[in-house]
Amino acid sequence: MTSLLILPVALPLLMSLLALIWPARVNQIGVATGLLIVLIGSAIVALVAGNGVQSQVLGGWQAGLGIALYADGLTAVMLLMSALIGLAASTFACRYFAGKPTLVQFWPLWLLLQAAISALLLSADLFNLYVALELLGLSAVALTALGSGRAALKAAVDYLLLGLVGSLVFLAAVVLIYARYGTLDMLLLGAMLQAEPITWVALALFTTSLMLKCALFPLHFWLPAVHANAPAPVSAALSALVVKVVFYLLLRLWVDLFAPVITPALASVLGVLGAAAILWGSFCAIRAERLKLLAAYSTIAQLGYLFLFFSLLVVMPEGAQRQLLYGALLLFALTHGFAKSALFLAAGEVQQRLGHDRIAELGGFARALPTTLFATALAGIALIGLPPSGSFLAKWQLMAQALSLGHWYVVLVVALGSLLACIYLFRLLGCAFSPGLDKAPPVVERRAQLSPVMMALIATIVLGLGSHPLWQLLADVGGGGV
Amino acid sequence: MMLNQWLPLLILASSLVPGLLIFYLSERRSGLRTWLNMSGAVLKLLLVGVMIWGVFHEQVYESRWTLAPGLELVLHADALSVLFVTLSTVLWLVTTVYAIGYLERSPCRSRFFGFFCLCVTATVGLALAGNLFTFVLFYEALTLATYPLVAHKGTPEAVRGARTYLAYTLGGGMVLLVGTIWLQTLAGPLEFAQGGILESIPGLDPTTLRWIFLLLIVGLGVKAALVPLHGWLPQAMVAPAPVSALLHAVAVVKAGAFGIVRVVYDVYGIEFSASLGLLGPLGAAAALTIVYGSVRALSQDNLKTRLAYSTVSQVSYIALGTAILGPLATVGGLVHLVHQGLMKITLFFAAGNYAETLGIHRVSEMDGVGRRMPGTTLAFTVGALGMIGVPPVAGFISKWFLALGSVEAGAAAWVIPVLMISSLLNALYFLPILYRAWFKPAPEEWPLDSSAAGPLETAGALLWPPVATAVLALAAGLLAAAPFSHLEWVQLIAAREYR
Repeated sequence: MTSLLILPVALPLLMSLLALIWPARVNQIGVATGLLIVLIGSAIVALVAGNGVQSQVLGGWQAGLGIALYADGLTAVMLLMSALIGLAASTFACRYFAGKPTLVQFWPLWLLLQAAISALLLSADLFNLYVALELLGLSAVALTALGSGRAALKAAVDYLLLGLVGSLVFLAAVVLIYARYGTLDMLLLGAMLQAEPITWVALALFTTSLMLKCALFPLHFWLPAVHANAPAPVSAALSALVVKVVFYLLLRLWVDLFAPVITPALASVLGVLGAAAILWGSFCAIRAERLKLLAAYSTIAQLGYLFLFFSLLVVMPEGAQRQLLYGALLLFALTHGFAKSALFLAAGEVQQRLGHDRIAELGGFARALPTTLFATALAGIALIGLPPSGSFLAKWQLMAQALSLGHWYVVLVVALGSLLACIYLFRLLGCAFSPGLDKAPPVVERRAQLSPVMMALIATIVLGLGSHPLWQLLADVGGGGV
Repeated sequence: MMLNQWLPLLILASSLVPGLLIFYLSERRSGLRTWLNMSGAVLKLLLVGVMIWGVFHEQVYESRWTLAPGLELVLHADALSVLFVTLSTVLWLVTTVYAIGYLERSPCRSRFFGFFCLCVTATVGLALAGNLFTFVLFYEALTLATYPLVAHKGTPEAVRGARTYLAYTLGGGMVLLVGTIWLQTLAGPLEFAQGGILESIPGLDPTTLRWIFLLLIVGLGVKAALVPLHGWLPQAMVAPAPVSALLHAVAVVKAGAFGIVRVVYDVYGIEFSASLGLLGPLGAAAALTIVYGSVRALSQDNLKTRLAYSTVSQVSYIALGTAILGPLATVGGLVHLVHQGLMKITLFFAAGNYAETLGIHRVSEMDGVGRRMPGTTLAFTVGALGMIGVPPVAGFISKWFLALGSVEAGAAAWVIPVLMISSLLNALYFLPILYRAWFKPAPEEWPLDSSAAGPLETAGALLWPPVATAVLALAAGLLAAAPFSHLEWVQLIAAREYR
């Protein structure tokens, strides 16, 4: 059964080739792959929940030589999330790209991106992680370039250059580690790493590279243009998944690998940067004039929360409290993933139906596209962190842990950030509910796109009311070095 | 036993499910919509009847659902929650009838009634909340459900009023959230219990507890419109009349007042609060609000704004009763939860009728309206006299018990003057309205005359709800000493809160 782990990587890779050679059936290939990955993801979650942590070395080689794969509770749940969001974006893409010449270019790249995401989640070897990171970056750049207009192209070029810089820095760190310790297998390395200058340099390089790739303030400058100009399904995946799996990698490195080297001061640096990201991202989102730009800035802010969690998590002693915070971090990441993909897909729908996504001119949106508006509002609730969304519970735990640790600034930042999020999202809803000038042609919503609604419902209702098994899974199977 | 677990959930579902269904109805299906609304409201009333019977016979109704480790969604029926649930359910039924009549032929009715049902679901949810976490959850949900109702008309004025409302309530919600989390990290899950829970927990620092109390009261005080946190309430007046009625009588301001009651009695414990020295400042804030609201009401010409400031003042009677140590004052505060609801909803229904039927929005336009609309004006008169505290209307009973309680607690020196000033001011801003309505000659022509030709002064669905609530307000005063009355129920609660 352990050969299951390779499927989320191998299947989309093969299907991407198939989509390349059989362009007439790309939609069917893409959606079928999406469905299969969801099934595989569920199977892996069930496997991990039933049998504990799974690991596998491909090709019959011993660990350290073959391609090592590893899945614990965290991996399995993240995998299932990316599968579900991937499926939603895939079905959305069928209608989004219908009749466009970019359709046949989209699918192979899209499947490649999904393979890269799975590979990044499952790999347990630093070199493979580097390869996955490159694949992720390149396919994301190519997908961004499919957006219309010069802006998309320019954003893609910037994204490419920064991605390459980030990857090179990552590679340098990998080389340092290999030169010093002679292995790249994370399970082996975890026991070997020592607090010495070369390890610190490697940690600094890894962290800088991944901060750049997941757009932590102040290295966030590239993100708004890329996420706002990519085609809607791609934006959804970029914001909900790509930056998040990079964050996942950073978490893995800090918690599993470099845990002996981490000091509270280092962690609090990331926490402060996260706090700055929350405030700055929210502030920019308030001033954003386009819906997709608003969503992009909101991603910067929401990633800031993940770093706040992160800064508390890495300094907490092991035990029940840490476990709680760990679950809350995962819940926050999941809620943001589903909510943000819902928001971007809804924005894509708005852009296609109304011809633009300028917030100030969204009057009449409520009447024209009620289902899409419903998805937007639910996603907004989850992004603010109002009940009954999953992020409400996650923020509750974050504030509770921060209070018991005496980190008052975290509580203040979370409260302020949530209020700022209220401002930008209710401004959006206010414009959407306003009657509007009746100059635009009346749009009637026939066959509404359902994937944004499904994603938003998962973020609010399912994760809000039914997240208890998640904590159970993490408590049983562990993850994150707990 | 099964029923006991499910009953609280069923009570929530009886308005949640119709609400969700109504969102998906097209505008034209008004018959089905009315049917859904009414059957939900009646079903809820029946279920609440079962619950009253059960709580009286010491049945335990409780539903629990673990959301996260340490965070449980608890719905629990105790005597206090039953009081508030009953009030909300009865007034929801009446308001639904009224709203159906009021919004006839206006646009976006599916959206309106959908959110209307969600609003009541949230109110009932926070009434049934068994711990502070659940309370906060529904408190926030209430904000979200009422915002579209306040903004319903979509005019720039309505949007502005709704935005102010949102800014206040979300800010307050955040303060309440921080206070709750802080308290929970110190004291564990905050399950409501009669007599309070904090006193028995060792090692709590009194200063910290005072700070947390401040946070909780500020968070709740926004919705309860304690001065200086009341600014949203007069602006939220732009909402349609049924919304204002519900907002002022049960949903929003009462949620805040009910929360204050819960925090003082069932979290801190009234005697423990007194020993921490928390009741004095709370009483001062309530007294200030009572007088300030009345003074501001004097100078308002817009009828609904005048009623809004009157609400600011009247709701603080509940906080005042809470802030006086002693069972009699507790009775006075809690019973006012019911009385203010009945009287204020009557006044708002009547104001809505004047606006709908004759286009009257200002006090200065009300000359002679009594002869034109006698039923509505009679109901308005009962409500207004009750607010002043004239026996035998319900408001008198509240003031009587508050005054008795203050004597019992030795606080008569400041409470009785506050009550007297407030009654005087109430008389000053209500009696001129009554005088105009009944004794001044009517103008040649009304600003608008849209009443259909019929035997009644206005549509039946608009006339009967205020008449019904006025009769209830009278009955609550006249029959207060009867067996099985709400007063007896409140006395039962008060007796249990003191050890």
